[in-house]
Amino acid sequence: MDATIAAILVQDGVVNGAVYALLALCLVLVFAVTRIVLIPQGEFVAYGALSYAALDEGRVPGSAWLLAGLGIAAFAAGLAHERRASWPRILPRLAGECLVLQAISIAAAFVLAPLRLGPWMDALLTLALVTPMAPCLYRLAFQPLAQASVLVLLIAAVGVHLAMVGLGLVFFGAEGYRGPAFLDASFSAGPLTISAQAIVILLATLLIMGSLAAFFEATLAGRALRAVAVNRLGARLVGISAAGSGRLAFTLAGFIGALSGVLIAPLTTIYFDSGFIIGLKGFVAAIIAGMASYPGAVAAALVVGLVEAFAAFWASPFKEVIVFTVIIPVLLLRSLASVPGEDEE
Amino acid sequence: MSGLSRALLLASAAVFATAMGAAGAHAQTIHVGVVASLTGPAASLGIPQKNSIALLPTDLAGHKVEYIVLDDGTDATRAVADARKLVDEDNVDAIIGSSVTPSSLAMIDVAAEKKVPMISMAASESLIKPMDAQKHWVFKTPQNDSLMADAIVEHMAKNGVKSVGFIGFNDAYGDGWLVQMQRALGNAGIKLADAERYARTDTSVTGQVLKLVAAKPDAVLIAGSGTPAALPQSALKERGYTGKIYQTHGVAVMDFIRVGGKDVEGTILPSGPILVAAQLPDSNPVKQVALDYVHKYEAAYGAGTVATFGAHAYDAALLLQNAIPVALKTAQPGTAEFRAALRDAIEAEHEVVLDHGIADMTPDDHNGFDKRARVMVTIQNGAWKLLP
Repeated sequence: MDATIAAILVQDGVVNGAVYALLALCLVLVFAVTRIVLIPQGEFVAYGALSYAALDEGRVPGSAWLLAGLGIAAFAAGLAHERRASWPRILPRLAGECLVLQAISIAAAFVLAPLRLGPWMDALLTLALVTPMAPCLYRLAFQPLAQASVLVLLIAAVGVHLAMVGLGLVFFGAEGYRGPAFLDASFSAGPLTISAQAIVILLATLLIMGSLAAFFEATLAGRALRAVAVNRLGARLVGISAAGSGRLAFTLAGFIGALSGVLIAPLTTIYFDSGFIIGLKGFVAAIIAGMASYPGAVAAALVVGLVEAFAAFWASPFKEVIVFTVIIPVLLLRSLASVPGEDEE
Repeated sequence: MSGLSRALLLASAAVFATAMGAAGAHAQTIHVGVVASLTGPAASLGIPQKNSIALLPTDLAGHKVEYIVLDDGTDATRAVADARKLVDEDNVDAIIGSSVTPSSLAMIDVAAEKKVPMISMAASESLIKPMDAQKHWVFKTPQNDSLMADAIVEHMAKNGVKSVGFIGFNDAYGDGWLVQMQRALGNAGIKLADAERYARTDTSVTGQVLKLVAAKPDAVLIAGSGTPAALPQSALKERGYTGKIYQTHGVAVMDFIRVGGKDVEGTILPSGPILVAAQLPDSNPVKQVALDYVHKYEAAYGAGTVATFGAHAYDAALLLQNAIPVALKTAQPGTAEFRAALRDAIEAEHEVVLDHGIADMTPDDHNGFDKRARVMVTIQNGAWKLLP
């Protein structure tokens, strides 16, 4: 190994780490607000990548039908959850969130997909199709369980993950797809060749992290999310809806997941079941950060990306083993450092 | 009272079911069970296989043939459960399946225990070799890995390749190919310069490719299946690798060319002749059979949808169609004698022309394919081209 190879590996690790960082941020966010370990995070990545690839071919992606189905199911679940007497009060908002928004996205996909307006438009349509699935999923699967223990929520998340993988097969098919790059260019910097897509990924990650920071610091909704994360009961006492916060957190997770999918679609072939392993690497980073610290999650994600790149060079048959083994010393250290009885449950 | 009426109901249902079963036996329907991986990682193999089964005629030698397709989810445990269900509940006369090696290996126990002939659609030679009392009941239609590995190494030797780099999937597929290549390269006196592995879902193979390029091999073999096999090839091109790049027959799907684009131009791979059926000389008997399958498949599912994997299922059914009339001479469908006769008839098939080659079964070789079952193919201008 010489300096050139090391530099190439670092570049590779940082780009992959940036995607894991986005996923780790979502996991930390959703866990803080709802106590759900969002196992299905990877599925948003796969759905995003597959929708983007389908739109690139001028087809309406299967996610349009899936979104329609989820929206209707969430609408029905929302009604069933409320007393009949309060239907007139909640109906406009519920219909708006579960039906109207979805209908607009789907209509846009049907009108714009055959026109093939290029990668940027495809990316926007993908985000419009995949993001609204997340709050619908929250309404369907998690809102009725909001008071359950972390373990029950985890099991529900595993169930949602399995269901989403199956639905992915039905709506996207068994074949893998690869999307086009936003910019098909590359720059030379000494021995390094940096592709424009790598720069797009890094910029998008920085932009998302900056926007999230601004959102949490400067907006009412962001502060409300932070309040729920700090103290659920206290937040409710001052009038912050726990369910609304959960849906907002899921919406953010769905958006970032779909965006990650669009970003990695040009790098590799994505199958309906590819999301899990990618999400799992984000999960490793989130765990290293204790599921609590945003900057910690980002740093850990970069470490995961770098470990992966160097493990691929030195011992490629054991690459995944090495990446996932990183978690063990961290867990050991954490369990040694933590005070017994700290758990909130 | 309700207990009594329930018992009565059950008893009458049982009598009715027995009567139905007897009636079915009189109609002498031949039941063929199919276990395919319709979901899970191997879904892209199982779905065209299921589609191919749907193209088959349902009448044969005056008997109705019923195909019962079950999904194993690319899971060996479910494949065994499916096989047991087919044998115990549907009383099948033969089983086709499963799509991948681990599932097929697990099903051998059931086939041998229940004495049902089984035709696997998975590639590994270990399914039928070494021959023993259990594998006595097992046949398979895809070419053995070793046949394909020998073809690649033969081509390498002919083109003056002295050292080879290997990058393969980090799973049973990559393992099998690495073992086969070590054997074949050793026989040919070609050096294996470096062996790297990667996962189907990897977003980058930069590390592996850097190491491969540093080993300076004359040629690189990528042992992956489907579109993920394009990733190392793109990375090799990006790093300025100019040697020959070989792929395995796992990439013989149009999606691979679609995804790989200009990076996969000039790739050399072995394949069943069906991939380039239209380019085969008319003297090749496989041409007619393979084109017939391609036309049938595309008429049913649309132009350009045919995949070589689906033809393995069709070939398995062709073997059965040849064997069933022979077996019918000695026994009736649904009996143990018929199943044994069916097995013997498959084993006795000689020079049967299939989509993937010409099978010549012997008691020791339950695949029966020889060099006529593989051609070398390259990618030229975004299409498969037969190499002389």
